[in-house]
Amino acid sequence: MIYWNSFGDFLAMGGYGLYVWGSFGLTALVMIIEPIAVARQRKTTITRLKRQLRAESRSHEA
Amino acid sequence: MNDRFNLSRFSFYRFASPAIFYPLAGKMIPWFIAAAVLFGLAGLYIGMLVAPTDFQQGEGYRIIFIHVPTSWMSMFIYLIMAFWAAIGLAFNTRLSGMMAQALAPTGALMAFLSLWTGALWGKPMWGTWWVWDARLTSELILLFLYIGYMALTAAIDDARRADKAGGILLLVGVVNIPIIYFSVKWWNTLHQGSSVNLTKSAMAEVMLWGMLLMALAFWMYSIAVALTRVRTLILERERHTDWVKAELEGVSK
Repeated sequence: MIYWNSFGDFLAMGGYGLYVWGSFGLTALVMIIEPIAVARQRKTTITRLKRQLRAESRSHEA
Repeated sequence: MNDRFNLSRFSFYRFASPAIFYPLAGKMIPWFIAAAVLFGLAGLYIGMLVAPTDFQQGEGYRIIFIHVPTSWMSMFIYLIMAFWAAIGLAFNTRLSGMMAQALAPTGALMAFLSLWTGALWGKPMWGTWWVWDARLTSELILLFLYIGYMALTAAIDDARRADKAGGILLLVGVVNIPIIYFSVKWWNTLHQGSSVNLTKSAMAEVMLWGMLLMALAFWMYSIAVALTRVRTLILERERHTDWVKAELEGVSK
């Protein structure tokens, strides 16, 4: 079922290792970094909006 | 007649209403993440471990399992953004502009990855990272359209005006999509023709399955990321409404 004879073969990719892993590696990196950036942006936005909301309600009370 | 009109108007605005869409998107995101992971693992297993070698390109062909999905996504996402731009310009709906903005960074990344993996595929197969041929150049223009759209909407302070200006840019740029898609037929190019065909496919079945699973994984990933982004945009833009204020107070608990 598995095509490869050894893990070394898998890594070497028949001599195309640099190109194959260069493609998969950067794609994986992007797909890790983008969701982290999106989650972080969401967090900072919510914190900022909550601060604004509190400031607004304080100024209404005063 | 008047009743029916009102009813349809009501349901239309229901779906377009950020207040209805926000919690719905929030419920859907975990499912899209799960689907992305499952399709991704299945696609990687078939593509990287089970699929045999290609008789012409050796193991280098395995770049196809991300090159084709990212290229497809870069075009699909643009078309979806152009669709939302058209809806936004025609019906003046608030959510459509947010949808387009939420999709843009992911679309740009897909276009970038398509070019990157293409370069890494071109070097061993054609002997060059880059050629100024129709397919590659039009994909590069697509990346610039994404970047241009993001720069334009970021430069305009008023969100609704930014949506309108960005929407027009998107609709003008949509002409580039058929150019990318048909470029390998219209012009002589180093880039190979389409490997997938509805009637007969040039690829072995197992390779095709690997590629389709990877494409599904990229679809689910893009939807999950874009929905998360659009939820943040909704909070930002609707911050003066009562429901967002209630939502923000709920989050603090």
